[in-house]
Amino acid sequence: MKVHEYEARRLFAAYGLPVPASAVVETADAAERAAQEFARPVVVKAQVLVGGRGKAGGVVLASTPGEARTAASRILGMSIRGATVRKVLLAPAVDIARELYLGVVLDRVHACAMVMASASGGIDIEDVALRTPEQIRRQPVDPAYGVDDWQARALGFSLGLDGTQVRTFAGIVRGLVRTFGELDASLAEVNPLVVDRAGALHAIDAKLNLDDSALFRHPELAHLRDPTEETPAEARARDVGLSYIRLEGSIGCMVNGAGLAMATMDVIQHYGGEPANFLDVGGGASAQRVATAFQLILEDPRVNVILVNIFGGITRADDVARGILQARVGLARQTPLVVRLVGTNEQEGRALLAAAGITAVRGMDDAAKLAVAAA
Amino acid sequence: MSVLLDASARVLVQGMTGEQGAFHAQRMRAAGTQVVAGVTPGRAGVRVPGLEDVPVVNTVADAVRVHGANTAAIFVPAPFAADAILEDVSAGIRLIVCITEGVPALDMVRVLPRVRRSAARLVGPNCPGVISPAQRAKVGIMPWEIHRPGPVGVVSRSGTLTYEVVQHLSDLGLGQSTAVGIGGDPIVGTSFVDVLELFEGDPETQAVALLGEIGGDAEEQAAAFVRSRVTKPVVAFVAGKTAPPERRMGHAGAIISGGAGGAAGKIAALRAAGVVVAETPAEAARLIAARLG
Repeated sequence: MKVHEYEARRLFAAYGLPVPASAVVETADAAERAAQEFARPVVVKAQVLVGGRGKAGGVVLASTPGEARTAASRILGMSIRGATVRKVLLAPAVDIARELYLGVVLDRVHACAMVMASASGGIDIEDVALRTPEQIRRQPVDPAYGVDDWQARALGFSLGLDGTQVRTFAGIVRGLVRTFGELDASLAEVNPLVVDRAGALHAIDAKLNLDDSALFRHPELAHLRDPTEETPAEARARDVGLSYIRLEGSIGCMVNGAGLAMATMDVIQHYGGEPANFLDVGGGASAQRVATAFQLILEDPRVNVILVNIFGGITRADDVARGILQARVGLARQTPLVVRLVGTNEQEGRALLAAAGITAVRGMDDAAKLAVAAA
Repeated sequence: MSVLLDASARVLVQGMTGEQGAFHAQRMRAAGTQVVAGVTPGRAGVRVPGLEDVPVVNTVADAVRVHGANTAAIFVPAPFAADAILEDVSAGIRLIVCITEGVPALDMVRVLPRVRRSAARLVGPNCPGVISPAQRAKVGIMPWEIHRPGPVGVVSRSGTLTYEVVQHLSDLGLGQSTAVGIGGDPIVGTSFVDVLELFEGDPETQAVALLGEIGGDAEEQAAAFVRSRVTKPVVAFVAGKTAPPERRMGHAGAIISGGAGGAAGKIAALRAAGVVVAETPAEAARLIAARLG
């Protein structure tokens, strides 16, 4: 789950990071008033959960309240990589001398939290990692134990900070590692961490991704989910335990298991078609869940054929067949249906479908070819 | 022989009094695996329908001491999975298979160092388990019927995609030495590299099917290991070529993030290491057959 910058700034500040004051507004009027209160040049920043907002014109420096109003009215409502801007953040502009990078990420290989720092802040850290990996310094950390002071100092000195700055920097690293560990984050990032012309450090941006699997122990963070991050259909799917992601193609897919669902999309493309969605009905899919999945797929107007690919294990093929039949009764529109059904209770499932005039095939490749031909 | 799991396994099932635990304990037994105890704290002595002769005990230590358990299958809810693993480690269990999905990543960060300091091997979490057909041994949830004994080692981050490839292999007359689902989470106890090393050293395994997917760099690590250490033929399939970036594709670990973890890079790394990469699961099985002549 991604957290908006303005919420992440609030959380980072609570962990002691030097986050400058800011205001979050939803109208140009309010932006002008906020800029007046700051009584100095401000930065107006689009609040969206996608990257690349600077390049898209979603971050603007405003010298006067009037300019802040103009900037806000232009940015609010703007679409950045598919995300509509509904809020902007205003913060006093900082007199930047240097832009550093500081982040804590989940390291899959070493099974630890990895603190990363770079003197090349402000830009895409993945680019730095790809082109000049030697410019990123790393320290592995056990978040339950915390970061050692020497690790934080080593990172600070590697960035060319002086002794006084390194003490401040070490406090920032400690706070960010605590944020990461205590909130069950998968990413906590300050990019850029700015050194101003007086030598002071400021966390002028904040990025925080939380582990969905750990939200059960952070009920106080659940409201930070932005409902517009998902489509309504995707949110409804999540509520009933389905994993659904809408794509651009015309072949609706319903599959059990995430890996097989991805493979089904790939095989459709291999045979010249385009998948309309990723949909994992999960293990032990009930007839009811299958019926809901069908409704979700058919709400996508681009879908003109549905491919069902079930490899029964825990999921029983006869349950899936009942779900398909149940779903077809109440549907607003009928689309061609290709069913691939094998595994547990396969014979019963095929018999149920056959009685309703639906033929199930046994091979995934055959099913994909049929679906592509019908699309 | 097989890797990780053989006929000597004496399995305890954590969460056997739950619906999933009970169902799969019966299926494991039906496959010929010895299920010697269920562990549910506070429910010792309970009889589970269909498993009346399998004692339920309060602690893993009891299951080990009284019933000789040496292998654990974990079906407890996600908030309790880390604790279940640590209880197994402390009781001296040698193979821990964690089926549970949705375990917080930082729970695994906390648990793994303790697993690695012990003699235990953890497979998962969020995995279908381990199966060694010739040994009649299964710890997990995969359908037994599609497997048969044979020379192919299978290792995968996915469940049903593994069954798909196993079915194709079996249809071609190619059985499996061991099939290992390492799990779809970002942090898992056993990696592709760990299992490749075991298959390389296993005389029964003559070829390996490696089923990867988007997210992380487990396939890149596997490729580097194959290049330097694996002499047996390896055929791979990588799921998610059509997956969009920045979206979690079902599995917690299956996400292309910041331009990293895409299928193209993984496929390129595997091919550069001499791994044959199939376009479809069915083709993966055919390519294995071709290599085994």
